[in-house]
Amino acid sequence: MSGLMLVFLVVLIFVVLYQVARSSEMVAQIQGEQQFDKKRNKILGFSMLILMIAFFVGIVWCHEYMLPLMGPEAASNHGVQYDFMFKVTLWVTGIVFVLTQVLLFWFCFKYQRNGDKAPVFFAHSNKLELIWTTVPAIAMAVLVAIGLKAWFTMTGEAPKGAMQIEIVGKQFNWISRYPGPDGELGKKYFLNINDKDNLLGQDWTDKRNMDDIIIPNGELRLVKDVPVELIIGSRDVIHDVGLSHFRMKMDAVPGITSRIWFTPTITTAEMKRKTGNENFVYELSCDQMCGKGHYSMRAVVVVETQAEHDKWLKEQKSYYVQNHPEEFPAEAPIVAPVDSSKKITMNK
Amino acid sequence: MSNEAAIHTDVHTHDSHGHHDDHAHHEHKQHFITKYIFSQDHKIISRQFLITGIFWAIVGGLMSVFFRLQLGFPEQTFKVLTMFLGDWAHGGKMDPEMYYGLITIHGTVLVFFVLTGGLSGTFANFLIPLQIGARDMASPFLNMLSYWFFAIAGVIMFSSLFITTGPASGGWTTYPPLSALKEASMGSGLGMDLWLVSMALFVVSSLLGGLNYIVTILNMRTKGMSMTRLPLTIWALLFTAILGVLSFPVLLSAAVLLLFDRHAGTSFYLSEIYVAGKALPNVGGSPILYQHLFWFLGHPEVYIIMLPAMGMASEILATHSRKPIFGYFAMILSLIGITLLAFLVWAHHMFVTGMSPFLGGVFVLLTLLIAIPSAVKVFNWLTTIWKGNIRFTVGMCFALGFVSLFISGGLTGLFLGNSALDIHLHDTYFVVAHFHIVMGISAFFGMFAGIYHWFPKMYGRFMNNTMGYIHFFITFVGSYVIFWPMHYEGVAGMPRRYYDFSNWESFKQFGELNQMISIAAIIVFIAQLFFVFNYFVSIWKGKKVTDPNPWQSNTLEWTTPIKPGHGNWDGEIPEVHRWAYDYKDDGNGGDFIPQHIPLKEGEESH
Repeated sequence: MSGLMLVFLVVLIFVVLYQVARSSEMVAQIQGEQQFDKKRNKILGFSMLILMIAFFVGIVWCHEYMLPLMGPEAASNHGVQYDFMFKVTLWVTGIVFVLTQVLLFWFCFKYQRNGDKAPVFFAHSNKLELIWTTVPAIAMAVLVAIGLKAWFTMTGEAPKGAMQIEIVGKQFNWISRYPGPDGELGKKYFLNINDKDNLLGQDWTDKRNMDDIIIPNGELRLVKDVPVELIIGSRDVIHDVGLSHFRMKMDAVPGITSRIWFTPTITTAEMKRKTGNENFVYELSCDQMCGKGHYSMRAVVVVETQAEHDKWLKEQKSYYVQNHPEEFPAEAPIVAPVDSSKKITMNK
Repeated sequence: MSNEAAIHTDVHTHDSHGHHDDHAHHEHKQHFITKYIFSQDHKIISRQFLITGIFWAIVGGLMSVFFRLQLGFPEQTFKVLTMFLGDWAHGGKMDPEMYYGLITIHGTVLVFFVLTGGLSGTFANFLIPLQIGARDMASPFLNMLSYWFFAIAGVIMFSSLFITTGPASGGWTTYPPLSALKEASMGSGLGMDLWLVSMALFVVSSLLGGLNYIVTILNMRTKGMSMTRLPLTIWALLFTAILGVLSFPVLLSAAVLLLFDRHAGTSFYLSEIYVAGKALPNVGGSPILYQHLFWFLGHPEVYIIMLPAMGMASEILATHSRKPIFGYFAMILSLIGITLLAFLVWAHHMFVTGMSPFLGGVFVLLTLLIAIPSAVKVFNWLTTIWKGNIRFTVGMCFALGFVSLFISGGLTGLFLGNSALDIHLHDTYFVVAHFHIVMGISAFFGMFAGIYHWFPKMYGRFMNNTMGYIHFFITFVGSYVIFWPMHYEGVAGMPRRYYDFSNWESFKQFGELNQMISIAAIIVFIAQLFFVFNYFVSIWKGKKVTDPNPWQSNTLEWTTPIKPGHGNWDGEIPEVHRWAYDYKDDGNGGDFIPQHIPLKEGEESH
């Protein structure tokens, strides 16, 4: 009922406004169209000037409001390069933006029709066209040069000795896999996948798989200043590994393996101090529409020191061992089960 | 002229009445159904496109209000959601499935049904014959079919909103495998089939229309109307049609292959998938293939939307500045440049799919090249109004607003087109802000400019000015308020297509801002209803047009009677003697010389 009232109210307002608007046109007829048009043109020309001032004041105000809400500085080597490039692009576009918008609104105000001057017949000028073809072309060349340089570093081969971690998306969470002591990830095949004891479809005939560690909630443990290469895949639909603090992103496509690498430069603990936010955490977000749980597809990224990382790694049991404890009777009790939601009995 | 004979009878009827404006008499002979429903008159068809477009704009806009309610107020419940969405919003809280359905259909209908069908469908139909001096399209019958395929596509899309598994919900790009597997999402069931069929029919409609527009422009110009005398609207509509004819079939192929994958067991887009507890047999396909096919249309589509708006803005800016458009040939060249480049930049939507970095580099270069013709256009528009005599009609206000928005949205394209920046900004709110400003709002501004400007020709009445100005100011300010802050959210990495941000440490600080954006979106939506109200009331109650050329414009449509019948001109079609932009002293105190006025002795043609 209240909805109907609302609709009724809106229609009523429309009708009233329309009547007011019509009567203003009647006034025009009484005053004489031309006189009225002249007055209106003057008001509108002036409003364009007001609009411009409001526009720029609004931009500054918005900037002031947003600045404290923006995330912290980039936390990776590529991110620093990104931030620099962003600034250059912002300056180039910013200058063009202010220049053209000011001209647009200023011309509106300045060259409004007021009846005492004739417009200039000015239909073309090759000189002007040449200027505003070449200047943008040069600016674009600069942006492309800076951009491609950064792009080829970011997408180039990962440095030797980079840590490798596999990250796989599925509806609606991430799964990460670490190579274990042998430093190599074993083969996998999608037909082997089952949610009970082979999340990624590892091929158990490949011995390299035996020590691989799987974290079913997709947590990424990275080491400060050690390059990391992410091997990205998907089990079902397209997902996207979005690492906004590191300014990196790559799709996870079923049937295709994609890769990115970067070097984290700030640990989680350092970032907590820098931001003064006790709850600060690096997050991995799914950035490609993947279904109804898309918005909840989150994983935590921890950047730590080498010592912390080694300690953590030592506490982990390989996925195979976790799922086949009977084959490893001599194993010492495992410190922490990785995924508490899965009821895996680790101890005999 | 193939349709000359068909319309000839009409023209004779006019002649026998002696060139008076008594069309009423003549039009009574036609039955309501042939005159208004299955009409072959390009002017009626254009109004059909426009009104259908308005319907879809309201539907798509309302959807955005609904999902903005969710985004701005994720904790609250709204009765109005249950009222419209029923069980999809149980207890006033929108279901995520429905949220994704709404953003998908919002995108689809606004891009295709409103800004393609509603924009070029309306103005190509209306302006091409009138401005080139033809009695109708080359094939009025195909033209009518074009509208009816569009209408059926719309009916199918609309019906998908009412099925139990909901409409397609994989985003307007409907990437497989999500859109291919009904196990992956509820919307990938019947809703997706309806989406694909609807799009296929839309492609048919667009091809019938586009071929017609091209043929008409190339073959049916009146005597003296050489290509270099065409108004820029026609040039823009010509390139729009060429873009559509060359790229829409690729979308059709993408849709057909997707239908095969869904129902015929093929593996064009599917490989190595484990979904809903079982592994699928498909091996060897590539989901990336779909993205290539989709964006091969998808990117030209952006220009299919933008070019008509650019053309109309050029025409309106010149008319109401009382100055010739600056750099007519540069404008045409930049249109050609944009059209060519439009086909060579599609993969900039795919920088983060793992594509070859070298290929990515090539696409960066080509993408940023587009900035050059775009910049030329902007500077030419600015020079057009420089030292003009600007009359702020409502149409002119919207054309000026178009330029402002095109600048703002175009410049952010330089961030996204540069792959190293796109790595971070891809699929964040920065993208949302960019494309809504540049191809959403600014194209809408071009469309509004066109509607206010040519409404007198369409209906023989004016739209109400005061309401028009209110509409302009609310929409202009509101659009910036909605989309400007979204750039910041995107720079902070906030992903698009999220139903709720409250569990994210990195993005939840924008809650208050999202509320403000939602409120602004609702106000802007109501302002659009205000426009719709003005539009329909003015058809019957608007101030009558008394001067056949109310804007003192040069182009041929203003030489027709105030309410032209089928065939447009009562007698002979006027001959053209000059270009469309002779806004100069006519020697009798006027400041314009229409195209059909012969050159004076010693006067040089442009």
